[in-house]
Amino acid sequence: MATDDIYILGISMTKFGKHADKDIVDLGAEAAMAALRDGGVSMRDMGILAAGNLMGAGGYGQQLQKQIGQTGIPVYNVSNACATGATALRTAIMAVKSGEVRMGLAVGAEKLAGAGLLGGGGQGKKDSNKWEPKGRYGAVAPTDGRIGTDTMPGTFAQVGMEYGHKYGGVSFELFAKISEKNHAHSTLNPMAAYQKRFTLEEIMGDMMIAYPNTRPMCSANCDGAAAAVVTSGEVLKTLSADQRRRAIKVSASVLTTDPYQEACQILPDVNTLTRNAATIAYEQAGVSPTDLDLVELHDCFATAELVHYDNLMLCPEGGAVDFFMSGAPWRDGKTPVNVSGGLQSKGHPISATGIANIWEICHHLRGEAGDRQIKDAKVGLAHVIGLGSACGVHILERSAA
Amino acid sequence: MSTAQQIPLVSYLHLTPSPHLVANECTSCGARFFDRRNACAGCFQTEFRPVDIPTTGVLKAFTIVAFAAPGVPVPFVAGIVDCGGTSVRGNVINTDPTPEKVSLGMKLRLATYSLGTDDEGVEAIGFGFEPA
Repeated sequence: MATDDIYILGISMTKFGKHADKDIVDLGAEAAMAALRDGGVSMRDMGILAAGNLMGAGGYGQQLQKQIGQTGIPVYNVSNACATGATALRTAIMAVKSGEVRMGLAVGAEKLAGAGLLGGGGQGKKDSNKWEPKGRYGAVAPTDGRIGTDTMPGTFAQVGMEYGHKYGGVSFELFAKISEKNHAHSTLNPMAAYQKRFTLEEIMGDMMIAYPNTRPMCSANCDGAAAAVVTSGEVLKTLSADQRRRAIKVSASVLTTDPYQEACQILPDVNTLTRNAATIAYEQAGVSPTDLDLVELHDCFATAELVHYDNLMLCPEGGAVDFFMSGAPWRDGKTPVNVSGGLQSKGHPISATGIANIWEICHHLRGEAGDRQIKDAKVGLAHVIGLGSACGVHILERSAA
Repeated sequence: MSTAQQIPLVSYLHLTPSPHLVANECTSCGARFFDRRNACAGCFQTEFRPVDIPTTGVLKAFTIVAFAAPGVPVPFVAGIVDCGGTSVRGNVINTDPTPEKVSLGMKLRLATYSLGTDDEGVEAIGFGFEPA
């Protein structure tokens, strides 16, 4: 191992689902303490805490630290849409990489069970008694529902449909089949919020949210947390044989935002920043898409999963429909995608997601994934994207030690 | 006064001489925006000129929203319309909001409608796109 390589020493996630009797600090503490135990280290070894939480009141890292260990280390509170967890991890990685700290802890936690529709707000929209231009568009009344939609299911529905307009081959049934795959995968994952297999008919016949996304084709709002301990190759060399064996190499850690493209301020462009992040990640890792044994990508909606096959270059440009129809992303296919069940069934407690998907990859690379183990997995990729936009891509490899 | 006073839903909708959308075009790189700008997101320059956007276009993405925030009537069709190379966000109106009536690639034209009149008698005018 090279001394400047980065490793995940310990990693953990809570079960995703409803945790009515736990708050975000309980959930984060559970994940953080389990990650420290998993890595065979303690808060005393940590040089930095990067804490991700989106929906809370702020200052989450300090609240967490009060419960798990106040050692005086710097806390970075991170908020970066659905890429919050990945951003927390990347913050800890940068601190280790810079040489300022020997080890770092990244945590992401969210309480989202019962949150309902995201984007466009749960607030009622009401016109005032006087038409007065406000904001950057000089709008005299709320525009959500009048000039397109601000809802997440509707936004990502358009993302999938736009891909169909460009390359053809999409249909309601195709998108439903993607969801059928992820729900089928979830039956093997005891950490998933939902482990129910749905038939195609059940998925298509369920409540329509934003055509073509029905309810089971949308990410599941739930509670959960995930945490990871990172360190350098130099430090890892000094640790025990067992710690070295279970350490997972972070071959690439990349964060991007959306570069300007025509129409990107009309419909968010979730494609270019993902493709850019993937390109940099493959280059950093010296890995090509065909080397990947498994991928956890950001299937916030069934319509989103399709475009990311292409953006992550798992298929030739424009070939996402053919890639899916070939069976490639099923767990027994050429490039298994979302064997955890994905956000549609494992769930999407926003800030936890970007570390939990890395936990899933690590679990397989360590050969500890039980019934859903992808046999002899050596390399995996984890992807998240948050609107606004932010994209995190990490490539992980089994330790050679 | 023979006509009631009107105000557009958004300032980039111009009602005269006939309803059309107006973008802020970067004089340096040609990027087009519909909001008030500090600088161009593409090339960082700060000079813009108003340009009229064609009132016809092609539907390049859509969704039929069945579930929205309280107070937003559903279902409705939200879409992205390619108006001669400039993408515009808008609803597809004056047709049934069903997959049978709305399809990718369909030809559309700008249409306006009344949002109602405020306490001072001013009528707000919104826009959407209807089948051409």
